[in-house]
Formats: sequence, structure tokens, C-alpha cells
Amino acid sequence: MAAISRDEVAHLARLARIEMSSEELDHLASELDQILHAVDRVQEAAKDDVPPTSHPLPLKNVTRPDVVIPSLSPEDALSGAPASDEQRFKVPQILGDAE
Amino acid sequence: MALTYDDVIAKYEPTLGLEVHVELNTNTKMFCGCSTEFGGEPNTQTCPVCLGLPGSLPVVNEVAIESAIKIGLALNCSIAPFSRFARKNYFYPDMPKDFQISQYDEPICVNGFLDVEIDTDEGVKTFRVEIERVHMEEDTGKSLHVGGSTGRIHGAEYSLLDYNRAGIPLMEIVTKMIPGTEKYAPQVARAYVTELRDILRSLGVSDVKMEQGSLRCDANVSLSPRGSGTLGTRSETKNVNSLRSVERAIHGEMIRQGNRLENGERIIQETRHFLEESGETRPGRSKETAEDYRYFQEPDLVPVAPDASWIEEIRATLPERPSVRRKRLQTEWAVPEKEMTAMINAELLDTVEATVKLGADPTKARTWWLGEISRVANEKEVEAISLMTPAQVAEIILLVASGELTDKLARQVVEGVIAGEGTPREVIEKRGLKVVSDDSALMAAIEAAIASQPDTAQRVRDGNIPAAGALIGAVMKATGGQADAARVRELLLKHLGQ
Repeated sequence: MAAISRDEVAHLARLARIEMSSEELDHLASELDQILHAVDRVQEAAKDDVPPTSHPLPLKNVTRPDVVIPSLSPEDALSGAPASDEQRFKVPQILGDAE
Repeated sequence: MALTYDDVIAKYEPTLGLEVHVELNTNTKMFCGCSTEFGGEPNTQTCPVCLGLPGSLPVVNEVAIESAIKIGLALNCSIAPFSRFARKNYFYPDMPKDFQISQYDEPICVNGFLDVEIDTDEGVKTFRVEIERVHMEEDTGKSLHVGGSTGRIHGAEYSLLDYNRAGIPLMEIVTKMIPGTEKYAPQVARAYVTELRDILRSLGVSDVKMEQGSLRCDANVSLSPRGSGTLGTRSETKNVNSLRSVERAIHGEMIRQGNRLENGERIIQETRHFLEESGETRPGRSKETAEDYRYFQEPDLVPVAPDASWIEEIRATLPERPSVRRKRLQTEWAVPEKEMTAMINAELLDTVEATVKLGADPTKARTWWLGEISRVANEKEVEAISLMTPAQVAEIILLVASGELTDKLARQVVEGVIAGEGTPREVIEKRGLKVVSDDSALMAAIEAAIASQPDTAQRVRDGNIPAAGALIGAVMKATGGQADAARVRELLLKHLGQ
């Protein structure tokens, strides 16, 4: 039983805006399937006494005081942008709707 | 023929759901030290963290956590002993990271409620709105769509992004489904958002300005045929930018859905946009399902696990609930309902309370703030509180109470203070506005009036009391309006043997 279907991979590719050929989808579906099976094996080893974790360090409540730190200049902020206009990042036409 | 609102209600039961987003008024953003000040030049409040540059790491703003806990406690929520952040992945340039840091299955506050009061046909009724969750996230940047004719996205050639707002702490407050509101659904929605806004303001955690977008409401509504026991498909209306719009949006959407259902059409689960002019909604972006956001735990942030003792400390600092406070003040001040509402709508309750606390009579304080001062404020298009301080108003009211000023003189003092002539005392000095309370000075003026109008004086002596008006008028004129007319009358009549 495959852990991930070719259709699911195609769906993820669409969500991630990655164009994939039919061959690439076949190839990636098979690779991702192997990876997910490997993760399943790890999960078998983790019993109820192992809590799910998002972080390898036993840290919590790392915060900073609410004190303003100088921001980048707009020139620096925009320096890595492929395009800018009116001191704003310029991006191609967006499909969908404005928030 | 199209169904009216009453027709819709006769056939269908509405179910509401409200999502309120509120920007916190912290100095800095949720995960970086950039300023949150409103209205800055584009992209002057960004850094590698809020621009999502490689290698940058977010760190949580401690005040934002405290504000989230305050909000949760004020809404009767449980504060989670352990909560985490998650990445909400989507491709839209309003977030430069291509994801928004939010909370998903482990929000900081859960299971609260808020009671709101509505005027119904059977009198005032309380509706309990249950709160599902309050979670922390970050606001998005602002897009400007260029090209095309309308500034809207369709037909736009490109978009310009300002990320000053990206990363500002945002709290999302989500209700459970609210059934049983019947025809009052639009009013319940408005009352809920109003009460929530007042609470957030009393907590001091947000500016709660709907017109500036620091408080935003998404209104979900669905209809189900009466007695069907099923739940209809809901729509979600965005762009609801005022309390009145909340009410109108629900009202309009109920009529639209009712008419679709009546024509045998399906309700599509979608995001709709409220149109301020018509009170109707238009379809927006089709809703991606929650699954499509591919939430996963944010690996760059550690869990938030507030100490029980800290939560209790915060609980002890919570202010009186605004609705409770309003009722208390209304009773203490003996204010009629209508005036109370006027005071609240003018946002002068705090100001009047501050004035009363300085010793002023509540009715007088209310009258000055809502009357003369508000009138001038409206003329000048400024806030009443920018013209005078509660201390100045209280001082003037006390001077009237002690007889040093008449109401008429007090008006001139207010005028002088607003004109920047100084404190009430200074205005009184400069304009020479003291009431002439020295009886001997008054007597001199009275005798002069009698001497100039002997016939009138005789008529008063003969018992024609109303004739005294002309003499009193002369005395008031002679003293520049600074005498207490009642005292003048008393002295005059006595002098003329009446």
C-alpha cells in the first residue's frame, strides 16, 4: 500500500506552484513513498511515552522584550528584490483575490 | 418574487460564526523588533525576520503573549499550559516568507464565552456567545494592485508590496457556531463585536480602530430550513469595516442565501466581500480548505508554556468588564438610558468619569462634555478631549457650584480655555469674569438703576413685581453680566420694600 498517491503529489505540486511533468510525478511519488515508509518505521519505535516534538531542544518560553530595534533602510530592504517601484516590492500579477 | 428578511426568517433558522482579528498595540512586531507604528512610509519598518530572509530567526514578543492571556481571561477562556506556533503555508505575496506564523491545533486560549444583551420584542435578552479559541499570529503586508482600471486585482498588471504591517501581532478570536439567534442574528453579531471591542479597549491591548483595520471581523452565516435539524452551507464575509457593517453584512447575506435556497440554488462555501454602499456581498476568492495550508509546527520557535502563577497575576490586574462598569456608572450617576448611550457613542464615558472623580457633579460633567465642548469639537473636527482636560472642566463646575461663576460666565471660561488663553483661573483673571458677589457693589448698581428709572421703581413699590425685570436688567448690564441675577432680584425687591 502506497503511503502517498501520485494524485496527492500532483496536488502538493500545484499548491507549491511547482510545475511537474508526468515522468517527474511518477518518479517523485515513488521517492516520497519510500521516505514516508521510512518515517513510519521511526514512528513504530516511538511508543506512547515519547511525546510529539517540534524541536530538539528542551526549551520553552523564549521571548524578547517589547523594545524597538532600528529597521533596515527601505533601500536595504529592497536591495534583494528582483523588482521594486514606489519604495515597494514589485511582484507579477497575482491570481486570486485581494485581501 | 424575492423574499424579504421577514420571509427568510419565517422559513429558515440562521447560524452565526464570527472571527475577529485584532492587531495588538505592542511597540514591536510579533517576532522581531521592528516598530508597529501606523502610517509609516512604505517598507521603513522591516528587517530580515519580517522579510523572511534566509538565516533569520523569529523570537516571540513577551508583551504579545501577556496580551493574548489577558484577552483569553477576559473572555472566560482556559489558558493552555502549553501551546505552539505553526506555519500556515500559502502562496500569496502579502507574506514574504510564503507562510504565516500562526497557531493551529494548540492555540493559547480555548473555550470561553461572552454574554451580550439585545433589545428584543420581549425586552432585553442575554445571548451567550461561546468562544472556540483565541490564537496568536502575525499580520500580513499590504498589496497595491497596479494597472487595470479599478485598482482591484482583476486586470492588474503587477502588485506593489509594503511589508510594514507584515509581522504585527495579530490575535484571532473565533466563536463557536452561534445557533438560536433567530431574527436577531444581525444584532447579536453587532453586539458581540461591540462588546469585544470595548473589552479589548479596556484591557489596553489594542487601538481597536475598525476604520484603520486594527480590528477586523469576518462574519460567517448559514441558513437551515426550520425544523430540518441540519446545518446549511456557510459563507464567510470579509471587508466588514464598521460595527454597523457587521449588522448589515449578516442581514444582507441572510437575504441573499434565503433567496438562493428558495430558487432551489445551492449555497457555495466561499469568501465574500462586503460592499459598503449597497450592504450586499460579492464573491471573492474560493476558500482553500484548511488542509491545503499544510500546517506544521514552526521549527524556529519554542513552545509557549505560561506559569499558572503568572496567569493568576495577570487575572488579578484585569479591569472591570465594560458592560458591568457602564451599568454601575449609570446607577451611580442616575443617568437616563438615552444620555448614557449618547455618552458611550461619543466615547466620552472615560472623560466624564475622570471629571466626576475630581469632584464634579455627574450631570454637570456630562452636560459640559456632551454639550458645549462637543459642539466646539465638532465644529473644529477634533476630539473633545483634545480641547480641554477633565481637571479644567471639573474646576469650572466647582467654581459654579461655589457661586464664584454663573453658568453664563462658565461658558465664557470654557471658550477662553479652548481658545488657549490659559487655565480656567487665568481666563477668569484676564477676562475679569468673577461674579460680583459683593452686596455693597450690587447695592450701588441697584441704587443707580432706581435713580435712572424712578417711575419703574415706583411701580415695583406699588406691588408690580414683574416691572422689576427692567431694573434687574439694568443692574446686570451695569455689572457686565457678572452679577448673580437671583441675588440682584432679592436685594432690589427688599430695597423697594417688597
